[in-house]
Amino acid sequence: MRVAVDEPIAGELPLLAARVRLLEGFVSRSEIADAAQHALAWLGRSLGVAESLCLVRPKGEASLFTVATYGISGPTLSSFSLSLDDWNNPLVAALTSNRQTFFPEARSAADRKRRPSTPLEDHAFHVVPLGANLIKDDPFGLLLVGGDAPLPLELPWFVSIFSQKLDQLLRYAALSEGDRKQGRERSLLYSIINAVTDPILLTDTEGRLLIANTRALTLFTATEEESEGRRSAVRMNNMLLSSALSSKAIEEAGATRRELLLVNPLDGSDLVFELLSTVTDDPRHGSGVVSILRNVTDLRRASEEIEENYRKMRVAEAQARAESDRLNLIIDSVADPIVVTDAAGATSLMNAPAERLFTLPHVASSLEQRWVQANDAHFSSFIAGMLVSADQRRVGEIGLFDPRTGEPMPVEAIAGKILSDHGELTAVVTILHDRREALEKARLYEQLKHGADELERRIQAATADIAQQNELLRRQAIELEQASALKSQFLANMSHEFRTPLNAMLGYTSMLLQGVAGDLEPGVKRQLGRIESNGRHLLTIINEILDISRIEAGRMPLQVSKFKIPELVNEVKAELEPIIIRSKLTLDIDLQRDLPVLTSDRQKVKQILLNLLSNALKFTHHGSVTVAARIAARDHTAMLSVTDTGIGIATADQDKIFEDFRQLDSAPTRAYGGTGLGLSICRRLAQMLDGRITVHSQVGKGSTFTLTLPIKGRR
Amino acid sequence: MTTKPNSSADNTQDRPRVLIVDDYPDAREMYAEYLDFSGFDVVEAENGMEALQRALETEPDIILMDLSLPVMDGWEATRRLKADKRTASIPVVALTGHALAGISEGAKKAGCDAFVTKPCLPEDLVKEIRKVLESQGWPKKPRRSGKYAKTIG
Repeated sequence: MRVAVDEPIAGELPLLAARVRLLEGFVSRSEIADAAQHALAWLGRSLGVAESLCLVRPKGEASLFTVATYGISGPTLSSFSLSLDDWNNPLVAALTSNRQTFFPEARSAADRKRRPSTPLEDHAFHVVPLGANLIKDDPFGLLLVGGDAPLPLELPWFVSIFSQKLDQLLRYAALSEGDRKQGRERSLLYSIINAVTDPILLTDTEGRLLIANTRALTLFTATEEESEGRRSAVRMNNMLLSSALSSKAIEEAGATRRELLLVNPLDGSDLVFELLSTVTDDPRHGSGVVSILRNVTDLRRASEEIEENYRKMRVAEAQARAESDRLNLIIDSVADPIVVTDAAGATSLMNAPAERLFTLPHVASSLEQRWVQANDAHFSSFIAGMLVSADQRRVGEIGLFDPRTGEPMPVEAIAGKILSDHGELTAVVTILHDRREALEKARLYEQLKHGADELERRIQAATADIAQQNELLRRQAIELEQASALKSQFLANMSHEFRTPLNAMLGYTSMLLQGVAGDLEPGVKRQLGRIESNGRHLLTIINEILDISRIEAGRMPLQVSKFKIPELVNEVKAELEPIIIRSKLTLDIDLQRDLPVLTSDRQKVKQILLNLLSNALKFTHHGSVTVAARIAARDHTAMLSVTDTGIGIATADQDKIFEDFRQLDSAPTRAYGGTGLGLSICRRLAQMLDGRITVHSQVGKGSTFTLTLPIKGRR
Repeated sequence: MTTKPNSSADNTQDRPRVLIVDDYPDAREMYAEYLDFSGFDVVEAENGMEALQRALETEPDIILMDLSLPVMDGWEATRRLKADKRTASIPVVALTGHALAGISEGAKKAGCDAFVTKPCLPEDLVKEIRKVLESQGWPKKPRRSGKYAKTIG
């Protein structure tokens, strides 16, 4: 091999490259079989060795084992080994003698007996011992090189290099066998503790971290690259752990469980751990503390949830109980009996009104028992009918009895089936409605209806009666109206008929008195005078009756105009001039200055004034008569008064003088003429003019009659 | 000049002529007698139709017309008189015993110049007639031929 390196040969560069390839292959290979396989393959490719095989004796073994082959195939290959105890085997001999040996091709059976049996079979091959220091040590392996050609020049270099590599590997394998066993156990231990999801730590007595599994590392270690938040979380966790593990704390708590609150460096959330610490005493390494942290965060949450759920359940239960109580209350408060029956027909619930019907009181008479039993029987038969029928609801009548009185109690039963989600019958709810009241109501309603009908009939009769009465009244009213019209017509006609002959009578009398037919004897003249005055009296009566009938028949319309009071007074004075002269009385006219124009019915005012003045002249024997006119601007009225110094009227009589046909002297032969209708007419006329006539009088001293009128009368 | 009774028949030309229309003889004749006595020339008619005829014949200075008349009533007769040019200017004094309201209105509407209610004493009637005549401008100049000479019968 020194020769090979030192001797420059032709094609040096390819040779060097091949050597480098071999060496490079060895560098990366640490397994014997792997390295050997590489070496044989290199032999094949670089030195043209078509068939080769490598046998190696591991340390402490008494056999050679095949670690690699190249270009050989056959059934004996995999199990080919060589025991060193087989002294007769030429291969063993070659090994022990440390001698290269050549075996030619076996051409006969005898040849085969002389040579060892190998996977190379009958092929020719060389045997080359392998050893690192063959001078000092025995070879540890054999290289079988197929072919009858001489060994290649490069082979010694190869053998040298290969042997050193194998030696190295064999030494290593022998040397590290113990360590590796320990390492395997250690790595297994690590795998185990890493597989544990709970953080596990070994700390020394000072609290320094010796061993930690991956879960613990995330909690208690952080590299410089990690964020500040995580690092501070880790710092805090270390502090918390140290204080928990301080010898004092351990002593106080003993090797028992404690709760440890840490921060999750990944998200900052709180983590609750149960810390189990145990002090271990190792005679070689001193004592330490093994801590196992069990994450109970979820456990605690779960326990809280369980507590919360339990509380909720209690609340729900209380609510359900309250609901049930309320339902019972409601059911009990329903006046109608309610009975709940199960699918078998047994009563499962009833309210208080139902209990009164179907359960016996504490002290029950035999009679009550009978009624309750009867009720039970009737109700049961109703329910039985309901249960066998397919109807969802059923309404029926049941003849029950009031257990207290035994009074028949017809009830309307309304039953409904309650089905489960699967459609199975779970209960029947029956509500019983006492029909007694309804029946009584129906009876009363019938009576009421009868009464109402009767009332209606009576009202109709009464209405018909009233209609008849109304018709009668209407007819009477028409008749009255007709009668009134007839009366007015009659009076008008009559006055006409009266006046026509009276006109002739008065006319002729007047003519005779005027001497149309020649002078008359005084006696005749006096008699004619009587005829005339009586005729005039008759005419006055007729006129006044006509006036009254006209006023009453409403046939005296107002004819409103504007006129001056002084003119009217003078006219009245002129008309009565003959009487004034005859009476020998003084007539004073006393008119206020600046009298306003009156708006009224001139004819009627004149008639009133004429009447008042003629009365004054009639009832005054001596003295004077004064006609006066005044204005009361305050209430827009005019006052026309006639004052006399006549006989006067007693206060008690002052109202009577305005009545029809009234003169105070009611004797048949009255001292004063006139019908007694004058003042009555005057008062009516004054009322028509929205005015009034008042009187002030003293017997023996005289009277004042005053007509008060609005200055502006209505039209 | 006619204020004094004057019975002289040849004086008719100066006397105002009155046509008195009334179906009630006593009243008509009474007024006629008194009017004649009072110096009027009097012509009489018993109904509206006759009044129209007499008015045309005698050309009275004034007509005294009762309203309730047979054949033709006073209203109708007055309307016709007023509608006729020949008689339209003759004043008509309505005379009635009907004192009911509306009578005088109707009379005015028919064309009456004055209205007198019966009973009316002869002297009052004469006063009313003179008043109407004076308002017409009486006494007037003589205008008639005197072919119609009336005497009270």
